[in-house]
Amino acid sequence: MNPALAQQLIDFSYIAAVVGFILALKWLNSPASAMRGVVIGEIASAVAVVATLFDPQVLHHKWLIIALILGAGIGIPLGMVKMTAVPQRTALSHAFGAMSAALIGIAEYYVGTPHISKFEMAEIGLEVVIGSLTFTGSIIAAGKLQEILPQRPITYKGQNIVSLSVLAAALALIILLVFHPEYTHVFAAMVVVALIFGIMLVTPIGGADMPTVISLLNSYAGFSAALLGFVLNSKVLVVAGALDGASGFILSVIMCKAMNRSFTNVLFGAFGQVQVSAAKGAEERTVRSASAEEAAGILGAASKVIIAPGYGMAVAQAQHKVRELYDALSKRGVDVKFAIHPVAGRMPGHMNVLLAEADIPYDKLVEMDEINGEFAQTDVALIIGANDVTNPAAREDPSSPIYGMPILDVDRARTVMVIKRGMGAGFAGIENPLYYMDKTLMLFGDAKNFVGSIVRELGGSHG
Amino acid sequence: MPADFISNLYVFVLAAFLGFELIKRVSPLLHTPLMSLTNALDAIVVVAAIIIAGRHETRVSTILGLVAIGASFSNMVGGFLITDRMLKMFKTTKAKKP
Repeated sequence: MNPALAQQLIDFSYIAAVVGFILALKWLNSPASAMRGVVIGEIASAVAVVATLFDPQVLHHKWLIIALILGAGIGIPLGMVKMTAVPQRTALSHAFGAMSAALIGIAEYYVGTPHISKFEMAEIGLEVVIGSLTFTGSIIAAGKLQEILPQRPITYKGQNIVSLSVLAAALALIILLVFHPEYTHVFAAMVVVALIFGIMLVTPIGGADMPTVISLLNSYAGFSAALLGFVLNSKVLVVAGALDGASGFILSVIMCKAMNRSFTNVLFGAFGQVQVSAAKGAEERTVRSASAEEAAGILGAASKVIIAPGYGMAVAQAQHKVRELYDALSKRGVDVKFAIHPVAGRMPGHMNVLLAEADIPYDKLVEMDEINGEFAQTDVALIIGANDVTNPAAREDPSSPIYGMPILDVDRARTVMVIKRGMGAGFAGIENPLYYMDKTLMLFGDAKNFVGSIVRELGGSHG
Repeated sequence: MPADFISNLYVFVLAAFLGFELIKRVSPLLHTPLMSLTNALDAIVVVAAIIIAGRHETRVSTILGLVAIGASFSNMVGGFLITDRMLKMFKTTKAKKP
């Protein structure tokens, strides 16, 4: 085939791929059409990859095929992880994506130097810096989520100044390279500085902020791919990167709103420093506790129950017991729904996936804004493994560190039940006045065992 | 400023706007699959890696390209696989009771 024609056919295959990408995202608007979206995305990607292998520039297919097979060999186990491990898998895939974009930029530099224009150098520099910092940042995020690294924020005095100086150094090196693209050692130094900045960016961020950080890294990984598209003049990369970057950006904004934080606050104000007013609730306050039998009696007699799950439920591996509870109550004619706070899991939408995995139908999973109006007509709000997202202080107490954060209005239900190990404070170390309300029953114990006992009680009285 | 840059910028701006509009409509129920799907789509950088490695210009660029092929293709395969697995879990009340 003549090379010009081959190139045109490849270009058309890329345009077809872009159409596929857009349809894939469009069909993700509802669970009913989402599967179709994945299939069209797969076809689009396959078409683009196969077409590229026939590019006349491409020689030495043997090594390429080996690299593709190795990639698939890494990708398949990463696609088979448990649903609780999806956040760290996602962080790792941001790292891989950003790493590929950075490596291609680095290769492009070494092939082109010293005949690189100022403009190209600026593009490559920016692309490689963003790719590199996203790579190390995502590795740190994955380590924190996998609990290899400490979850708590690691901070020191003057941290922000040091971090920003490192970023400024990376940018200064880009500027130097623009004027002297032949300084290959400066390029290497720029990569190293960017890698260090990525580590410094994510290390101070605590576990509670991980949903935001993952989304932000998603956005960086996307934009680094788009920038690579600028460097290589490849429109398919520009489009895919822009779509991915936009997606990560929107999710970051949603996560920030859900925690009532700003970007700068997440990135530069480690959350751990805020816990000041913890001593305030020190006066002796009493809580009412109840047994599984009593809880089962109240739940069985209710006509409407809303369950508010948090990540603690997943930690206790209680999802399947919660499903049994849902089944037992539904069988008795109780209307059961689940209230999903946007940051209930460890990444955007995580809680929905965890509950769907336990076979809870998705039409029973209701987002915060939609369900908050229903609590006042609800007999029992049952909270499992969630704390701060149900804390009424966020609505009522201006001195609370989480004041202004949108919460699930569980305190408006007629009865509130909280399954909890003990009276310890939540992830952020903030006291929760919900537990001291007259209508609140504390169900002390392990979530999995306690829900199991309630299910047994319900089953027993039924038959 | 190179003409290529301007045309790429047009494409970028349009795609970013389209992305915002499309992703705003994605159900929050599916935000985790959204992230794994966009990850898999973003792995299209593999085509650039194939070109860099396949051109075989210098030893360094070839090796970097091959590593990039492995990393991005693992994202493509893994991203689609996990998205597919997650979406299969989402069932409605009706579908559950045949």
